[in-house]
Amino acid sequence: MNLKPETLQRIDEVITHYPVKRSATLPLLHLVQEDAGWISPAAIEWIARKLELQPINVYEVVTFYPMFRQKPIGRRHVKVCRTLSCALTGGYRVCEQFQREFGCRTGEVSADGEVTIDFVECLASCGTGPVVMIDDDLHERVDAARVKALSDEIRTAAQRRPPAP
Amino acid sequence: MPVPPQRRLIFAHVDEPGYTNDIGCYLRHGGYEVMKRAFARKPEELIDEVKKSGLRGRGGAGFPCGVKWTLVDRKSGKPIYLIVNADESEPGTFKDRYIIHQDPHQLIEGTMISCFANNVRQAYIYIRGEMPHGARILEKAIQEARDHHFVGKNILGTNYSCDIFVHRGAGAYICGEETGLIESLEGKRANPRIKPPYFPAVLGLYQCPTIVNNVETLCHVKHIADIGGEAYTKIGTPNNTGTRIFCVSGHVQRPGYYEFECGKITLGQLLNDVCGGPRPGRKFKAVIPGGSSAKVMRFGERYKGKRKVGAEMVDYDWGVEDVPMDFDSLAMIGTMGGSGGVIVMDDSVSMVEALANINAFYSHESCGQCTPCREGSLWMKKITTRMVHGTARAEDAALLKGVADQIPGRTICAFGEACSWPTQSFIAKFGDEFKDYHATRQSAKPEAALPLI
Repeated sequence: MNLKPETLQRIDEVITHYPVKRSATLPLLHLVQEDAGWISPAAIEWIARKLELQPINVYEVVTFYPMFRQKPIGRRHVKVCRTLSCALTGGYRVCEQFQREFGCRTGEVSADGEVTIDFVECLASCGTGPVVMIDDDLHERVDAARVKALSDEIRTAAQRRPPAP
Repeated sequence: MPVPPQRRLIFAHVDEPGYTNDIGCYLRHGGYEVMKRAFARKPEELIDEVKKSGLRGRGGAGFPCGVKWTLVDRKSGKPIYLIVNADESEPGTFKDRYIIHQDPHQLIEGTMISCFANNVRQAYIYIRGEMPHGARILEKAIQEARDHHFVGKNILGTNYSCDIFVHRGAGAYICGEETGLIESLEGKRANPRIKPPYFPAVLGLYQCPTIVNNVETLCHVKHIADIGGEAYTKIGTPNNTGTRIFCVSGHVQRPGYYEFECGKITLGQLLNDVCGGPRPGRKFKAVIPGGSSAKVMRFGERYKGKRKVGAEMVDYDWGVEDVPMDFDSLAMIGTMGGSGGVIVMDDSVSMVEALANINAFYSHESCGQCTPCREGSLWMKKITTRMVHGTARAEDAALLKGVADQIPGRTICAFGEACSWPTQSFIAKFGDEFKDYHATRQSAKPEAALPLI
């Protein structure tokens, strides 16, 4: 595992929050995923050793919770809410339009490696549907024009990013 | 009955211009003064105030908070934990998000008063994974409160110590169920525990006595400690005290969050006067009054029976619009106030497709440990999805009902009820639409209809 020093520091700190180390399983998975982008088999074994657990104890948690990923995704993660209130205001159309914008289907990585689109369950902002989360940020009342604008923003940010070393 | 004005107790500062979520702003508005006064009292007195207030849990079940606290095993010698349930996941509910983002210190103050009252030394806020900013805001607010000696060791020089940590979920709805939440906080799959014996008040987190309260409930505790339990009962109606935050979504002109005294506003006033009624050219068709698992109401139907007013029993004959928005009235007409999430559907909606959407949610979110729920929720999803995208049959309604009827009462947790109530109620109220769907699906669809599944 090649984790950043600040990630390792936060991992050691968060373990102290609980009287039982196993409780830190979800926090560690979040920290590792934020750092590495996904949860690899090596990460599962590393977390298990860190928390004095068997790898299966961590693996079964990874497979249970929808937010943990066992494969890399695009650099940007677009999550469109699928559930009723958003669907009633156009959530399905929003999801379709994002897929057209980036030429990929839900769960896939776009050809340029930039985007993964997921159609997720309720994001708890039902009054301002349809809602979309792009990475950590929530976007509300997303209509066709807004999908276009958000997609353009993602493409512009990608162009501005310096090439990987 | 005229439409009452909003009574903003919990949302007093939500969307207030210039109000920020830092401790400086909170202190300028009298923040933590209630806690200072509460910490000078005996913990038992505070529990009594909450009992007297009649406060009912705002997470869904409406269980009296004071009773929940009374059930806590205080003789075991084990530490008592308090968990703030900030896993807000019931579709249609979005109130806690605004408390956490805009007024986090109100939650922290209510939590600390509740911890002090129950001799809790460690609290956790379990926040859903999809609110990363909310988690950071809470962590920052807790650190500010620690720096001001409102949280942590030797609080305000009282020798009482209690810390709060934020714990993030990871996208599983079942973590809102309190024993599932506890399993998740222990680092496991969120499979709910069977009761008995695993009542959290006795065998909760790490098999220690544990209190799990909703975000909004704990904010109410702050106001109860402030004005006293007796005065709090004057807000709202008997047995439905305090205010209620209604989260209205779907097909109304002004969706959003509105706080009213419990039971003082009817569903019709909320949807027509407060939310501006249906969209232009549309009519209301159905409403789910308390989060997506609550049983659906059909506009045009009537509810009749006898109800208690004071000491007398009186007849009532209500349309959907006449039902007062409180726990008991909604339970009386066969649905529930639940978490306060009101989802409105107008006449552009096919009820089969709306149910297919709900069924897809519950089948995705079943934890999978009880067969009736794991298989039943999946079957209901498959049947309704097939009706929409494949071949609908006249006998589908009966098949759906048969599956739904075999789930509730046969599962470890209330998810079994939650996933079957939509199907049962949609078919009971809109049976004709399900029966005729195979014939009318193509022709009957209004132009404005959006895909729901």
